[in-house]
Amino acid sequence: MVEIRWHGRGGQGAKTVSQILAQIVLREGKHVQAFPEYGPERSGAPVRAYDRISEDEIRVHSGVYHPDIVVVIDETLLESENTTEGLKPDGVLIVNTSRSEEEIRKATGFPGKIIAFDATKIAQEAGTGFPNVPMLGAVVAVLGTEPGIAEEELRETLSHRLSPEVVEKNLKAFRAGYDAAKGVYVGG
Amino acid sequence: MRKVMTGHKAVAEAMRQIEPDVVAVYPITPQSEIAEYYAEYVHNGIVKTELIPVESEHSAMSACVGASAAGARVITATASQGLALMVEVLYVAAGLRLPIVMALANRSLSAPINIHCDHSDAYLARDSGAIQIFAESAQEAYDYMIMAQKLAENAKVRLPVIVNLDGFTLTHSSQVVETLPDEAVKDFVGEYDPPYPLLDVDRPVTWGVFAMPDYYFELKRAQQAGMEAAPEAFLEIQKAYSELCGRPYKGFFEAYKLDDAERVIVVMGSTAGTAKAVVDELRDKGERVGLLKVWLWRPFPRAEIAEALAGAKAVAVMDRAISFGNLGALYLDVVSGFAGRPGPTFVNYIYGLGGRDVPMEHIAEVFEGLKEAETGELRYLGLRE
Repeated sequence: MVEIRWHGRGGQGAKTVSQILAQIVLREGKHVQAFPEYGPERSGAPVRAYDRISEDEIRVHSGVYHPDIVVVIDETLLESENTTEGLKPDGVLIVNTSRSEEEIRKATGFPGKIIAFDATKIAQEAGTGFPNVPMLGAVVAVLGTEPGIAEEELRETLSHRLSPEVVEKNLKAFRAGYDAAKGVYVGG
Repeated sequence: MRKVMTGHKAVAEAMRQIEPDVVAVYPITPQSEIAEYYAEYVHNGIVKTELIPVESEHSAMSACVGASAAGARVITATASQGLALMVEVLYVAAGLRLPIVMALANRSLSAPINIHCDHSDAYLARDSGAIQIFAESAQEAYDYMIMAQKLAENAKVRLPVIVNLDGFTLTHSSQVVETLPDEAVKDFVGEYDPPYPLLDVDRPVTWGVFAMPDYYFELKRAQQAGMEAAPEAFLEIQKAYSELCGRPYKGFFEAYKLDDAERVIVVMGSTAGTAKAVVDELRDKGERVGLLKVWLWRPFPRAEIAEALAGAKAVAVMDRAISFGNLGALYLDVVSGFAGRPGPTFVNYIYGLGGRDVPMEHIAEVFEGLKEAETGELRYLGLRE
């Protein structure tokens, strides 16, 4: 079982990508759960979302306490939230930042694998403005998911609410995020 | 078809496939999305249901009672304070033997105000005369919404049926759910043929009669007969549905590694899933532990549950609500099956109030706690004291 915790701020789409990831993983034939943490919901407030992924049926319905992967969509949360709480030492911390991996290690004290890349810049360059999609790309890479399967699902899901042009921009952002994290696998 | 969906969506999908004549709902967290999805189906012309947007849950249940008496197939959904407001009319629905199906997104009752899961709303309606079923997952919520329709409308039963699903834990969590083809669901529930529709002017009938001391008692005894007929109907419906969906629904409860278990947890709702994972871990270490997950809570299958627990040494019955001034309601239900005869040691655990999370470690604590226990003990799980 792989457990993921997403940290973002209300409106940044942490919950949305946690759900898209669930659909991608189902497409791979795995079992999955995705759920947000509900507090007072307001734009800009820190939010957490979770995924559980397994080859077997998932029956646990509790919160996630020892994630294998932590994703920080908004790096200001590194200061205000304990983003590495419970993160397994052999897990992976993925941060959207313009700072280096060493700087993030110093800021968090996390001993395991750190992937630091500028998802905001990727999103801006792709013309979408939402860093959650490149972060999703990074998670898909870390999970070792076939990117073609992920892109197929992403295209289908986004096509329900976005124009073809914007969908393609998102796929470009997704791919850039995937490339930024390629080669790092969870637990290995 | 296997899809990722929330518990809300799973319930709304079942409702869309059943396509009742009338849905009367008032939104309340964590049920609102069920109402929202269904309103969208109606708006987009996907279903022909008459959606009645009402000004309160009291009106929602009142509209359901009127529509059901008229001869319509009726579904509603609510949670927490919404159910509290409905309860007055829910008793009327049961007394009139109206087969109204309700999804209840379990949420705590005020005060203090809280939007998260416990079972105090379901417990509030315990003696209302509604049949109550608890789902462990979004899949079970979907499946039981469909089965509930048949159960409510069974000629010998004719009672409201509540399908409980844990608020947020199931309603807002995306899970893998396998749905049936629309036609399969429509065939399974069939056309509803109301026996005494109020709107049948050729066969005039009276609904909502006044009953004095000379008849009230007999009518209430007849209502109990509906409850007494429910277990057999429940098993028949499970059997037919299992053949349709391929998932094994068999019995009033699910016995998980129970046969040779010495220490057993009895629980309802999503916590049962977490408990299964703990049973597996402890079994791997050679501990003889098991789980009994109650599906059918009202009518309560006390004889069958007693038989299933007879071989255990110690049993923890877990209630997700306080019955103030006494042990938990589920605890008393389970123990009642052993009245006048020896049985295992029974401990009552109150847990998870107001959405307090139930991690695997806490379930493991319960099993550990059963090594030293006395019948009648009341313990609080995960409480800061």
